[in-house]
Amino acid sequence: MTGISPAVVAASKLGLTFQTNDGPVQALSNVDLTIGKGEFVSFIGPSGCGKTTLLRVIADLEKPTSGTISVNGMTAEQARGKRAYGYVFQAAALFPWRTIERNVALPLEIMGLSKAEQAERIKRTLDLVNLSGFEKKYPWQLSGGMQQRASIARALAFDADLLLMDEPFGALDEIVRDHLNEQLLELWGRTNKTICFVTHSIPEAVYLSTRIVVMSPRPGRVSDVIESTLPKERPLDIRETPEFLAIAARVRDGLRAGHSYDD
Amino acid sequence: MDSFRDKLVPVTSILAGVVVLWYVFAVILNAPFQRDLDSRANETPGAVEFIGKTLAQPKPTLPAPHQVAVNFFENTFLRPITSSRSLVYNAWVTLSSTLLGFAFGTALGIIIAVGIVHVATLDRSLMPWIIASQTIPILAVAPMIIVVLAAIGITGLIPKAMISTYLSFFPVTVGMVKGLRSPEIMHLDLMHTYNASASQTFWKLRVPASVPFLFTSMKVAVAASLVGAIVGELPTGAVAGIGAKLLAGAYYSQSIDIWSALVAGSIVAALLVMVVGIAGRIVDRAMGGRPA
Repeated sequence: MTGISPAVVAASKLGLTFQTNDGPVQALSNVDLTIGKGEFVSFIGPSGCGKTTLLRVIADLEKPTSGTISVNGMTAEQARGKRAYGYVFQAAALFPWRTIERNVALPLEIMGLSKAEQAERIKRTLDLVNLSGFEKKYPWQLSGGMQQRASIARALAFDADLLLMDEPFGALDEIVRDHLNEQLLELWGRTNKTICFVTHSIPEAVYLSTRIVVMSPRPGRVSDVIESTLPKERPLDIRETPEFLAIAARVRDGLRAGHSYDD
Repeated sequence: MDSFRDKLVPVTSILAGVVVLWYVFAVILNAPFQRDLDSRANETPGAVEFIGKTLAQPKPTLPAPHQVAVNFFENTFLRPITSSRSLVYNAWVTLSSTLLGFAFGTALGIIIAVGIVHVATLDRSLMPWIIASQTIPILAVAPMIIVVLAAIGITGLIPKAMISTYLSFFPVTVGMVKGLRSPEIMHLDLMHTYNASASQTFWKLRVPASVPFLFTSMKVAVAASLVGAIVGELPTGAVAGIGAKLLAGAYYSQSIDIWSALVAGSIVAALLVMVVGIAGRIVDRAMGGRPA
């Protein structure tokens, strides 16, 4: 497996059962999925469908109870050890006692990079998310959208090829969200990273992704995978085109087929 | 300073109320002895004169506020601070063992908390003992500590400081265990995704997250430390210190001395808590705390 491995993420017959006080809960069941380099894959589904759990399994924050998962051709644990991915949480999760630049520096300090290298990367990633000039600010001095951008900068700072994002814009208002979606696409186009993106917004998933993985609950499973036919260049108003609406309709159908609207 | 002005009025009105009550009780409590004196001297003073006398006894049951204030002023400002009757000198003696005990107590509290947070066995085995240690009355333990340490040749500052340590480590331990466990799951997950080592997680996440908890518990600890130092002076037959003043005052029924020593102790306590509070605020500001 050390040779050429085109798949960045490969899951096969993946399952995860949580033992709770109310008995076992099947969070993931029989997930087969391969994600290639440079793809932008969204996971969409109602709450409880296991989309966040799947992302956490890729990140080695949860251990699967059956099946296999590989990241960059290694086990998830080895990949985490090699810092193969950057992870963006639902909230910015910045350390309140660190300035924005010290927050971005956190993973770099942990990796033991030199001060000069840290400074160079901080500057580059803050430029990338348009936060230059806010280096010395503390998180509370920034708006929610800016905080989330800082947390994306932090995830980009250590230059992993894989970016795992768990509803990063879920807590933001729609105007900020549109703006960040545009910026994220631009960033993805420039850096050629592989992105796994969890969302519960159909327009967001269709707008961003090259592939949309529709998931459904009880047990959490993949119910449909939809390839996007949209071009790589996507202005915001692409969301009014018939092509976009057709894909959105397919995603909605996929969710319905998975009984996601049942209750 | 607005908050200061907002507090000024309620605090002064409470203080005025306390002073008035204090005078009322001084008259009531000192009256029987004064009546006794008057009847023996065959005097029948009028009401105003009688009240004046109850507030001017040399060894009153309850000294009047102005008697305490005068005594406090004389013993604080009019005596050379090297005099054994100076409250400044006595407060300094108590303060030095308070600070030493507080430093030991804080260090011990932090060390125990780190152990409890990182070693599961300590978490289960140590905590009940720590809680039990605080249920033992310190007045019973203090003489034993003093006597045992004196037997092995340790006297003076250290035994008193140890009693302060005994009282002050507990709030720090409890506060720091909470503080070191205060990071959110998300922050811990974040460190996990960086493959951070336990010591990196400790220094970069747990320690900074625990700082506000440390200062809150240190405020409680420093006050407890002062109580420990005073209690430590009682059984030693200490010649100096606020505790020694209290004891001497009790021996010779110098109630005014007792009260002014109490005032000195309260002022020292208030200053200590204030200093810790200010230090906490400075650290908070340096760590990017939001101005209140």
